[in-house]
Amino acid sequence: MKVNDVILQTVSKIVVFIILTFGVELFLSGHNNPGGGFIGGLVLSSGFVLLYLVNDMETVHFGIPFDFKKVAAFGVLLAVGTGVGSLLFGSEFLTQTAGHFNLPVFGETELSTVTLFEAGVALTVVGVVVTIILSISEDV
Amino acid sequence: METLITILAGVLVTIAVYLLLCRNIVRVILGTALLSHAVHLLLMTMGGLKQGGVPLIGEHEAGFTDALPQALILTAIVISFAVTAFLLVLAYRTYKETGSADLLELRGPKNE
Amino acid sequence: MFIPIVILAPFMAALLVPFIYRHIPNRNIGWFVIIIPLTLFLIMVSFIPAISKGKTFIHTIKWIDTAGINFTTYLDGLSMIFVLLITGIGALVVLYSIYYLSEREALGRFYAYLLLFMGSMLGVVLSDNLMVLYVFWELTSISSFLLIAFWYHRKKSRYGAQKSLLITVSGGIAMLAGFIMLYVMTNTFSVREIIATISDYTGNSLFVPAMVLVLLGAFTKSAQFPFHIWLPDAMEAPTPVSAYLHSATMVKAGIYIVARFTPVFGGESIWFYAVTCVGIITLFWGSFNAVRQKDLKALLAYSTVSQLGLIMSLLGLGSVAHANDYNVNTILYTQATFAALFHLINHATFKGALFMVVGILDHQLGTRDIRRLGGLMALMPITFTVAMIGSFSMAGLPPFNGFLSKEMFFEAMLFARHFDELSIGALATLIPVIAWIASVFTFVYSMIIVFQTFFGAHQPARLDREAHEAPIGMLVSPIVLVCFVVGIFFFPNVIGKWILQPAMASIYPALEGAPGLVPRIAAWHGFNATLALTVGVVVVGALLYRYLQYWRGIYTASPLNWNLDTLYTNTLAKLGSGSEALTNRYMTGYLKDYFVYIFSFFIVLIGGGLLWLGSFHIDTSKDSVITVNEYIIIFVMMIAACAILFAKARTTAILLNGVLGYSIAFLFVIFRAPDLALTQIIVETVTTTLFLLVFYFLPEWKRESSAVVTKLVNGIISVAVGVVVTVLALAVQGNKMFDSISLYFEDSYNLAGGKNIVNTILGDFRAFDTMLEVVVLFIAGLAVFSIIKLKSRKEEKDVESE
Repeated sequence: MKVNDVILQTVSKIVVFIILTFGVELFLSGHNNPGGGFIGGLVLSSGFVLLYLVNDMETVHFGIPFDFKKVAAFGVLLAVGTGVGSLLFGSEFLTQTAGHFNLPVFGETELSTVTLFEAGVALTVVGVVVTIILSISEDV
Repeated sequence: METLITILAGVLVTIAVYLLLCRNIVRVILGTALLSHAVHLLLMTMGGLKQGGVPLIGEHEAGFTDALPQALILTAIVISFAVTAFLLVLAYRTYKETGSADLLELRGPKNE
Repeated sequence: MFIPIVILAPFMAALLVPFIYRHIPNRNIGWFVIIIPLTLFLIMVSFIPAISKGKTFIHTIKWIDTAGINFTTYLDGLSMIFVLLITGIGALVVLYSIYYLSEREALGRFYAYLLLFMGSMLGVVLSDNLMVLYVFWELTSISSFLLIAFWYHRKKSRYGAQKSLLITVSGGIAMLAGFIMLYVMTNTFSVREIIATISDYTGNSLFVPAMVLVLLGAFTKSAQFPFHIWLPDAMEAPTPVSAYLHSATMVKAGIYIVARFTPVFGGESIWFYAVTCVGIITLFWGSFNAVRQKDLKALLAYSTVSQLGLIMSLLGLGSVAHANDYNVNTILYTQATFAALFHLINHATFKGALFMVVGILDHQLGTRDIRRLGGLMALMPITFTVAMIGSFSMAGLPPFNGFLSKEMFFEAMLFARHFDELSIGALATLIPVIAWIASVFTFVYSMIIVFQTFFGAHQPARLDREAHEAPIGMLVSPIVLVCFVVGIFFFPNVIGKWILQPAMASIYPALEGAPGLVPRIAAWHGFNATLALTVGVVVVGALLYRYLQYWRGIYTASPLNWNLDTLYTNTLAKLGSGSEALTNRYMTGYLKDYFVYIFSFFIVLIGGGLLWLGSFHIDTSKDSVITVNEYIIIFVMMIAACAILFAKARTTAILLNGVLGYSIAFLFVIFRAPDLALTQIIVETVTTTLFLLVFYFLPEWKRESSAVVTKLVNGIISVAVGVVVTVLALAVQGNKMFDSISLYFEDSYNLAGGKNIVNTILGDFRAFDTMLEVVVLFIAGLAVFSIIKLKSRKEEKDVESE
């Protein structure tokens, strides 16, 4: 079944880019503004899902050649790993720490280990949502 | 406002329960989705509604609305999404295997 | 620090064994395994001098400190005996098993289980914390189960394994309840602390129940009457396992518990009566039944039961020393305990050797049936010597260690006549009489082992294989054990000084160092009552053995045909069929019915609770005001929700669900929850996509074709649930009992360095929840993936088969 939806395809080229950017922005701003790992991850995955909806699977696979199951697994590993990581520094499991640094381009920036944790969350969400949608659609 | 939202949640629960008791598997899944909506609303009312500002430090100086229910709901939304997805796929697979989406027909062999 | 490693080492090795087995898939795997018990044994031996000087070793690893549960190890004299038995006999058994087990067996599995058992048994005897002890206790039951069922293709193995697990674990749970009661009374799980403070609690109403429950655990594990029925069936295990678990170590865990708790409960008359009487009855019943057995291993099983009863009864007598303040008799009472500990060691040596002999016979000849054996003395001289030494020691003959402990046993039993504590009465005369009769039977079955197997006519036609001596590897372990049997007879006081004396000190902390607590063991006491009893046993026993065929008939007499095994089997079958019938009655297989159960309970319990408590205080005064657009949203939501019920097409229904979801997102905006609103919008979108995607494959839904009555009932249930939920929620809002804890989180910028409070709760304050949530999400994703892929693979197979 090949649907030729020109309008959707044209629009989605721009929209997907915006959605993905927005997702990253939400994810990064999460600690101080609305956003965070879950939301960022969900927005990113909806962007990916839109891509899959508009184009066919082979095309997208060609463009984004990763296995989303592995993305999800890596996310879980990252989230749990930050918890274990804090153990290595002698703190309790999952202790997060933050600091403010003066970076050359960004100026006064907050860097925090919670970002790593949130990245794990976001990757898991992206991986799982896309995996779910893809597994059903692949199984025609 | 709290009372009204609670009543709304009650209505949603009623409908969700009715759907859960149906024999069509899609209706049952829809029931679980509705039930989680109702629960989210209920959780929200527990912290008080529209009292205090957005829980972002620096946006509003005079107190914040209760942030804890929000964090709980955020978790609940994602989990209920996972559950719904899982149930949907289960229903889909069941239909593929058995050719039926009717729970009365899907009963296993007697005394299994 | 050292002792936790001693406990953990076997577990670590058990983890490694399967991997090593992959590279060395033959009997040589045993040489790796034997390193563990041997090293541990040698290390523990080096502790003996310190222990015998009265030193103890305590080490605590914090675990659940707030609940009083810590991984505390405690090595004292009593633990020492058991540790030496576990590691020493363990090493010998592993050595023996290397030659005993065929290479076709799953050796990796066998040794992994055996090491698992070794570690858990060490944990039992070295744990000071009762909760930790309990965990290890159940682990020994589980590893025993796995080992009994090692040949799981045999029906009898599975039966025996199930039986042992059911009985020992039930006892274990009783013991757990007893431990918890002790904790409730004394507020500590540490055995040492309980011993130190228990005198304040003897009047507590929980004291006696706790005692009975702990005893239940000990009796089931140590196969005491009437729980002994699992031990004979456990003999389906490979012989090394029987020698190790079911005679030398695991069944003695109950003895350990009784000895360990003697300072806690000893001196109570119930403790004395229960332990002594159960022990004596077990002693008699075990030895009486051993005589009728035709299978050598079953005979040894009953004999083990009987010997365990003997040790138990001695511990019961010994507990009297705790009854009163110190007086002239106190030390005399303790001698029973001394005999118990001494016999514990002796029993492990001679019974271990005997089990290994039976294993050798089984291995070499293919049978253990005494009717098919006979005349093997000349053919298997070494095996014969070992069997003879073991049996004669068991019968209580000199010059073997069994003689010494049997004499001490008689002495203690005779002394029971003079008990003036605990109003013992007529029982005092009965105890020595039963003990003596049981010893006569012990003599008889010991003779059966030796004479019916090794003397008489050789019957090669009835044997599967030609009889000749076992390979030297199998003989080493039993020979080492019988060397101990003889050695202990000649040098009993070495054991007494180095091993028994510190153990006595742990059972009688108050009497430590008292003169006479550790007697000099001597083979010759002069012509006295105990010697007369021994001579009597030999004479009567020999006569009974000589005329065995004339009185064997009593075993087939009708009252004896009724037995506990039948009771157990029938009860189990009844329980099975009963619960099946009950379950079938309500587990209908219809999802709807289960929902109805859940909701009915909910209505009755919560609704009824609300009615009963009358807590309808609904307070709407603190509600915030509602604006017009909020009314509109809520109104739309109600309409949409109701419309779902009447939707003709499923697409309509799912879009209405979308309306609800997006409206909730609006509400979240109004309720100052931007994170939620964002999440809700996206989740709703993805969910709707998912629904539509699945709808592509599912059939269009039909109208519900249920009867009107069904629909009505469903309607009533759902309305009732809705009402109960609403009322409950309103009642909760009207009665705020606690202040919100959220104020704490509002300091998020200082505490967690984030300005978004919701996000700091998720990422910092409650990161554990979030982490597990991520894991749940991942699991759901995997489940979805595997549900679909599983099917695809099946289809591929179909393609291949075409």
